[in-house]
Amino acid sequence: MAASKASRLGEEIWKTRIDKVNSELVVLTYGTIVAQLVKDFDSDYVEVNKQLDKMGYNIGLRLIEDYLAKSNTMRRCSNFRETAEMIAKVGFKIFLNITPTITNWTSDSKQFSLVFDENPLADFVELPDDGRAQDELWYSNILCGVLRGALEMVQMQVEAHFISDMLRGNDTTEMRISLLRYIDDELPPEDD
Amino acid sequence: LAEGGTSGLESGEATAAAAARKMDEDEERDAVFFRLEGLGYRVGQGLVERFSRDRPRFTDTLDVIKFLCKDLWMLVFRKQVDNLKTNHRGVYVLTDNAFRPFSRMSTETGGQAVVRAQPFLWFPCGIVRGALAAMGINASVQADSTELPGAVFQIKTIPAKAA
Repeated sequence: MAASKASRLGEEIWKTRIDKVNSELVVLTYGTIVAQLVKDFDSDYVEVNKQLDKMGYNIGLRLIEDYLAKSNTMRRCSNFRETAEMIAKVGFKIFLNITPTITNWTSDSKQFSLVFDENPLADFVELPDDGRAQDELWYSNILCGVLRGALEMVQMQVEAHFISDMLRGNDTTEMRISLLRYIDDELPPEDD
Repeated sequence: LAEGGTSGLESGEATAAAAARKMDEDEERDAVFFRLEGLGYRVGQGLVERFSRDRPRFTDTLDVIKFLCKDLWMLVFRKQVDNLKTNHRGVYVLTDNAFRPFSRMSTETGGQAVVRAQPFLWFPCGIVRGALAAMGINASVQADSTELPGAVFQIKTIPAKAA
């Protein structure tokens, strides 16, 4: 699907098919969750990142269903570049009303970056001033998990992590996404 | 809804173990309640801080409760509270006949929908208590539901102790 077509689709769904919720409510709720995790894990930010990613993963596993239902796309993306377009222009648009910029593709088209000009999760957020959070905490890490979970449900194993964050004082907020492999249809694993 | 619920019948020997397990379940339930309610409290405080800024000063407790039922409810649940009752002695009962978080919940028949929906009231309880606290009213807040998607919140204000 062409980039402009994806944009139009995202816009259209956002306008007509999405129940909106007050953004301050989302921001405050997310902030409170992160703050609670920081407290629970005694400012072990590496662990907090991990927990956020895990929470996101579990959201992603289910959110893809809603994405497919709302976007009504019956067709698979024909390649990873198209997947990136759909993530940025439809996925992020309909759930967060933002469209991150896709950039920095590797030549094998397996890795790209999403650059967030705006990040609603980070509105009026300041990281703890303890000299460590700025280096260790990825505040919006839940988004990485969401992508990982959602893409796994449509047969793509990806790895996603932030490499910069304006909250840390960086110039941009950038997430790196790598396609590890397409998951073949296989029998579900045994319950363990 | 979250997984939960145990079967009713227990064999004799298992009773003690079951009692211990029940205890654990109760403790866990309380811990989850405490956690969710606390998270909500912080959110409620923040919301009021942002959204009561440009309005005139509250005249009395009822004025605050009305703000809660109209403005805050609208903000959080995109509708207003359907009914407000008070005994004029510090107790307020808010009835929402179509509580948003419940609007898409259902279980199979006999699935104890109401019981399993209960945990979803804890975070909102916290929001209400936090919002009230930010407006200078100490209160305890309880909520329950007799039939989905309705929910009833009971607010008991705690009068400031006379010096």
